[in-house]
Amino acid sequence: MTKMWTTKSFLTKTKRGNIIKIVREHYLRDDLLCGSGACNVCPHKDDELVLEEKPESICTLFDYPHYLILDTNVVLHQIDVLEEDALKNVIILQTVLEEVKHQNTAMYQRLLEIINNKKRRFYSFVNEHHKDTYIEREPGEKQNDRNDRAIRKACAWYETHLSICSVDGKFPKIVLLTDDENNRKIAVEEGIVCCTAKDYVENVTGAIGLIDKLSKNVIPETCSRDALYPAHLTPSQIHEGIRNGKLYQGTYRASRDNFLEGTAVVNGFEKPILLQGHIGINRAVDGDTIAVEIFPEEEWRRPSDIVLEDKADDPGDQLEEEAVLLKVAEPVDKSDEEVTPTGKVVGIIRRKWRQYCGILMRSKFPGAVRHLFTPAEKTIPRVRIETRQSDVLAMQRILVALDSWPRNSRYPLGHFVRALGPIGNKDAENEVILLEHDVPHARFSEAVLACLPPNDWTIPEEEIKKRVDLRSECICSVDPPGCTDIDDALHAKALPGKTGDGLKRYEVGVHIADVTHFVRPNTALDKEAASRSTTVYLVGRRIDMVPDLLSSNLCSLRGGEERLAFSCVWEIDENANIIHTKFHKSVIKSAAAMTYEEAQIAIDDKSRNDKVASSLRILNALAKKLNRKRLDNGALSLSSPEIRFQMDSETHEPVEVAAKKILETNSMVEEFMLLANISVAEKLAAEFPQCAMLRRHPAPPPANFSTFLKAAKQQVR
Amino acid sequence: MPGPDLLSSQGLRLDGRRPNELRRIQCKLGVFTQPDGSAYLEQGNTKVLAAVYGPHQAAKSKSLQDSVVVNCQYSMATFSTGERKNRPRGDRKSQEMSMHLRQALMAAIKTELYPRSQIDIYVEVLQADGGAYCTSVNAATLALIDAGIPIKAYVIACTASLAWKDGEPEPLVDVSHVEEAAGGVVLTVASMPSTGAIGLIEMSHRLHMDYFDTVLSRAMQGCKDIEVILDKVVREHLAEGWTKSDDAITI
Ligand SMILES: [Zn+2]
Repeated sequence: MTKMWTTKSFLTKTKRGNIIKIVREHYLRDDLLCGSGACNVCPHKDDELVLEEKPESICTLFDYPHYLILDTNVVLHQIDVLEEDALKNVIILQTVLEEVKHQNTAMYQRLLEIINNKKRRFYSFVNEHHKDTYIEREPGEKQNDRNDRAIRKACAWYETHLSICSVDGKFPKIVLLTDDENNRKIAVEEGIVCCTAKDYVENVTGAIGLIDKLSKNVIPETCSRDALYPAHLTPSQIHEGIRNGKLYQGTYRASRDNFLEGTAVVNGFEKPILLQGHIGINRAVDGDTIAVEIFPEEEWRRPSDIVLEDKADDPGDQLEEEAVLLKVAEPVDKSDEEVTPTGKVVGIIRRKWRQYCGILMRSKFPGAVRHLFTPAEKTIPRVRIETRQSDVLAMQRILVALDSWPRNSRYPLGHFVRALGPIGNKDAENEVILLEHDVPHARFSEAVLACLPPNDWTIPEEEIKKRVDLRSECICSVDPPGCTDIDDALHAKALPGKTGDGLKRYEVGVHIADVTHFVRPNTALDKEAASRSTTVYLVGRRIDMVPDLLSSNLCSLRGGEERLAFSCVWEIDENANIIHTKFHKSVIKSAAAMTYEEAQIAIDDKSRNDKVASSLRILNALAKKLNRKRLDNGALSLSSPEIRFQMDSETHEPVEVAAKKILETNSMVEEFMLLANISVAEKLAAEFPQCAMLRRHPAPPPANFSTFLKAAKQQVR
Repeated sequence: MPGPDLLSSQGLRLDGRRPNELRRIQCKLGVFTQPDGSAYLEQGNTKVLAAVYGPHQAAKSKSLQDSVVVNCQYSMATFSTGERKNRPRGDRKSQEMSMHLRQALMAAIKTELYPRSQIDIYVEVLQADGGAYCTSVNAATLALIDAGIPIKAYVIACTASLAWKDGEPEPLVDVSHVEEAAGGVVLTVASMPSTGAIGLIEMSHRLHMDYFDTVLSRAMQGCKDIEVILDKVVREHLAEGWTKSDDAITI
């Protein structure tokens, strides 16, 4: 292998504002593979032949075997199309991969997932380090143009590379998908076959519904014919405006009650800026970062207190009269306390669009393809989508992605992503809740499952030797009924002798399931767990943070089974003063996995004198003293009553809701978990003062109380 | 400890190297005529000049009865980094680097051969792009050889870091500035590859013990690889010297 050496240089601005030149090394190689089964030049190993030797064409425009090369925008806009199984034998260039990564991390992750799925036959080619496909940026050339050129260079290279390999003159051709007209023009001149993503997908045969997923991406500000909305300012105009203080940056928050009203908090104004009407909001969607122009004070208005919902029917591309709304918003008089700084949206700095759950509102016209979509989230406007399956989808909860909002469209444009299930169906509605709250709940990937120990895993002897053996201690767990992921357990016993003050001594331990033994740093499992970060409980369904084998088996401290744990063990006196604390990994064998109720009964039942009952009594007595101390220390106890769903045992439908009963044993467990947390926190702060994190709640700003105070005032009257 | 993305999904580093590949090495011995020995060394974009004076008679105050006094001075040119900084010689960092340089070189110099004498080693970093210390050690070794000062073996320094690929640790040899700046741990080793002795070892931040050995062995392998390249250059230089002029090298 030979390595060629070159440098890349570019200018950048430092934090202090100086412009400096950065020179970076860039190595070019000749050992990078093309990934094609039709190639007999590159030294591929079998599993590196990602692209098929004879790819079958599914597009009528190109009825010969070919590979697809995509440009960055096609990936960014058409990711929903790419996620469908239809398109195969696709080459993702490093140029594209890096641009996608730079522009949108979520898209990048989705693209990586497609590439990693062997069945999809997406090959990522490292063109930027290949000696024959790397190009340098020319003086005065824009980065975008350079990247387009790099993509075309790679297309041409593949074409020649594959033709050299072929004996009989039959080799897969390259088709470049790009929506950039200028790029297509140059490509054609250079002899590269290309077309738009839309043309390609619309001519694909045998993939039902693929067209529905095409993104309706148009450049919104170019649609000036029949424009309904004023044009947005360009990024440089916004930048200029913000710098000279004429414009403000903020995040748009739509009102839940009135679709023609929203606010944005900006620097320099105590109250959020009021934005009203189609024109005032000018296509901002809840969550977007926007540029706001604030009106002179005499034009300020008050937030309306009317409820205004968007029309059920699609009125076509026109905006209805806003006069009614604006009239309500006019201030009663100058001293009106509710008059708020008012302004209008003049530009979008960053869209924060995601995919939205909702329902399809079928068009009144039979056979129409354009329909409206109503998101479940009230702050999101209706979306216009195109689909040919409206009769099926009308009964379903569906997921839709927003694509663009041109000036001449009353509604934003989007495309159908997938159906979640029939409206009213429990699973479909659960899915909606999970998606709307951004809870990752896909099944664990193969890579994650590969990190798990075998199903019949038992603790190896050498692991036991490394740990403190607590299997003989009488340890028990106390949890809600039906709990299968028991992550903590406790023990307590009296120690011989007395303290210096003549008090009784106890040993108390909290044992937490040692998940770290199974979840090693930086594994796929670790990353997945980090992205989930918690287990989510729905009625009748649990979305695990780690796979079931761990959460409800190997890392569940079940009664009578040996488990790995991390223990915090205290020596404590009868007044709940801690004398000594130690931490260690351990092996435990829980004597009993109890419910709160069972534990309460064991404590109260005077006839029981077994080990479990007596240790629970010690714990309960100490917990009361610990609780007293905490409260005396200024602890705040926030009561948020937990509720419990009663499930029908056969249908698994919830039949009743009741507040959870709070028993002494609830607070007993809570108290010792807190104590363990406190002890660990103190240890961390002492041992790692530089990187121990403190979580702290700053005092809330007075403005947060204004709604409450207003309501309270009315109560007094 | 999810480290920064130092390896692409195709297994290449940010500059296109594989994890076990060194940066490009270019060097020249005997670049100056004034000092007794000199060398210029480039490792990637890190460029260093080294000059050696001596052995000569030591100043009275420093002179040692049984061994030579080795004096090291490390400095960085004001134009050596992207942002020009005012770096007076003898600042804290340079002093520390001078000490580390001395520590690494002392391990190889046969100090007992020159009692009451002194060797001065000057190293100037012309451009810093990661691993300036390593390149300095390597350049100083070349300059010592050029000066004809007997050493036990080549002293070679090299860095290594740790990246992650598909959840598996993958050590990186010869860390560049971009990789350093990305926040990965940097382990620096100065060793004599032919004897396996380590003269200096230093680490930029914490690294889990489990991975220490893999990172260390990659750095040691880097030292070996560098030695092979430098040794070849030294031999070529000597051969050239013999054929060109007889009086250029006198032993
Ligand atoms: Zn090939």
